[in-house]
Amino acid sequence: MLKYLSKRLFFAIPTLIVISFVLFALLDLAPNDPTGNLPQTIPQEVREEIRESLGLNKPFHIRYFKWMQQFFVNEPLNLIEEVTGLEIGDSDSRLRVRSWLTRSPVVDLIIERLPQTLWVVGLSYIVGIMIALPIGVISAYKQYSWFDQIGTFISMVGFSVPTFFTGLVMIIIFSVTLSWFPSTYDTTHVVKDLQSLWFQVKQMAMPVMVLAFYNAAQLSRFMRASVLENLNLDYVRTARAKGLRDRSILLKHILRNSMLPVITMIALGVPTIFTGAIITEQVFRVNGIGQLLITGIQSADIPLVQSLSFLFAVLIVTFNLLADVIYGILDPRIRYE
Amino acid sequence: MKLDKLARAGQSIQEAREHPSPWMIVWIALKNHKGALVGAGVFTFIVLAVLIGPLVYSIDPQLTDTAVRNQGMSWQHPLGTDNLGRDMLAQMLSGGRIALAVGFAAMLLSLGVGTAIGVVAGYYKRLDGPLMRLTDLFLALPLLPLLLVIIMLFRDTLRAAFGPERGIFFLIVLGIGITSWMQTARIVRGETLAIKEREFVLAATSMGTTGLHIITKHILPNILSPIMVSATLGIANAIITESTLSFLGLGFPPDFPTWGRLLFDGANFIGIEGATARVIWPGLAISLTVLSVNYIGDALRDAIDPRVRNK
Repeated sequence: MLKYLSKRLFFAIPTLIVISFVLFALLDLAPNDPTGNLPQTIPQEVREEIRESLGLNKPFHIRYFKWMQQFFVNEPLNLIEEVTGLEIGDSDSRLRVRSWLTRSPVVDLIIERLPQTLWVVGLSYIVGIMIALPIGVISAYKQYSWFDQIGTFISMVGFSVPTFFTGLVMIIIFSVTLSWFPSTYDTTHVVKDLQSLWFQVKQMAMPVMVLAFYNAAQLSRFMRASVLENLNLDYVRTARAKGLRDRSILLKHILRNSMLPVITMIALGVPTIFTGAIITEQVFRVNGIGQLLITGIQSADIPLVQSLSFLFAVLIVTFNLLADVIYGILDPRIRYE
Repeated sequence: MKLDKLARAGQSIQEAREHPSPWMIVWIALKNHKGALVGAGVFTFIVLAVLIGPLVYSIDPQLTDTAVRNQGMSWQHPLGTDNLGRDMLAQMLSGGRIALAVGFAAMLLSLGVGTAIGVVAGYYKRLDGPLMRLTDLFLALPLLPLLLVIIMLFRDTLRAAFGPERGIFFLIVLGIGITSWMQTARIVRGETLAIKEREFVLAATSMGTTGLHIITKHILPNILSPIMVSATLGIANAIITESTLSFLGLGFPPDFPTWGRLLFDGANFIGIEGATARVIWPGLAISLTVLSVNYIGDALRDAIDPRVRNK
């Protein structure tokens, strides 16, 4: 297991380096000028100075390595300092990845936006899983019953309808027509007492439900297929022959076995919900990292976009690795060479 | 009862297998799957509507008439009008044309790239490792952010080169195509590996047939069914991705609105009397198209899946 893990890590690191290079090169090759958005009255010399201060006149490989150093060495060091309070080396003159638009370090921007995204996305994923698993199990157990038919249809709809449409339909129904929930997410809202907590629940309800519905649709289909595959296996027949009740066969034997691929699926899905949240955050005006990315793209804020997209890539690679590891731990039949 | 039906489907597919025609499999799959039959009907209707519709319903989608702004459904404007008095039905039809054209073109591109990489990786052992590493690398890319970035960066260049409409069309098709071929490549590689070991390929090889000939004449025809499943999923994915990009304001410009763009523009007018429908119609069109395509894909997958087929 350890050997396998180190081998996988050995592959993950070059993957990340190649991805970082691709992202950097793509953004660098593009015909784009960071001084393009500045007022026309700024003379050419000043423009050149601004470009120089951003380090743009350096050759490509130097800028790439500087960015790597900032991203992989300087920023982690800063984070460690902030958490532990220790000072490691010369922290004041350490170069940081700065946003071109706000001039503040990109990492600070991300940390500022992360809680909103984690709350909405994390909660929606948990809600989605909690809806999907029972539905998937019951659908499979009562295959072709009305419950299965309706469940399959709804999950097909949830899987096909884009989240921005479900989100807007929910806004039309629940905030415009019924005015139950606010249509936008107020990040400045502070939870102090029961009343403000209730408001927080109300403003989170719609974005969470939209994402939860989408996640549940995909997961329940997967869960159903997984249980179906196990239903006719020999160990189920043995359990039945021993006289075990259906309920305990389903909950103890089948569920455990069919959860294996589902758990992998859940781990693999974590990064995609982060990118999927970009849309939901846009619909409900949640100012999370998805919205940060969109504003960064609209204002051509290259360092911000670079760092955020790379962060998404890190998430994908990490969770792929995690999924493999979890699968190996949970399923003793899997033996990694 | 349903099992019975599946069994019958399995039988007739096995008969079809004796005269191997993938279109036969498509037909049988659709015939035996109620959802897919409805899906195929809806999809055909939508395709015909956007192809023939603008010829019959000849109101110019860009014609503004401020006297009839934000109107609801009426005989004059069956789906109402937008805030500039443009006819929604005409916009929906022309938007659907672009959306479906993007869907088909991007699907064909991603299918082409995926099949080529998959077949080459499966057939030539030497290239298997590098090509599959490339596939893994692409799978680790954050696709939606990457697509947004690509469109932001190259939008203006392509617009200058090919004109506003065609430029963005090429860009989006290319973007979706090169970010969605990986699943096809994996599936095709797996199927190629299996077919490669069969006797008829060995026979062809022993007669001195070249690799290219074996791939085009012996392998590709035999893996057509999984490729067709990939194609349906590809159309659904491309339509969703295009509308997502347009919805985020990084897709088609407002003068060539696709369904996603219409939704994006309509979203600003939610709550205004008569404007709510501007969100509903394009959203419904996207959803129905994707849903129907997914149902067709589901039926096809069942038809070629031996575990379902042999039941």
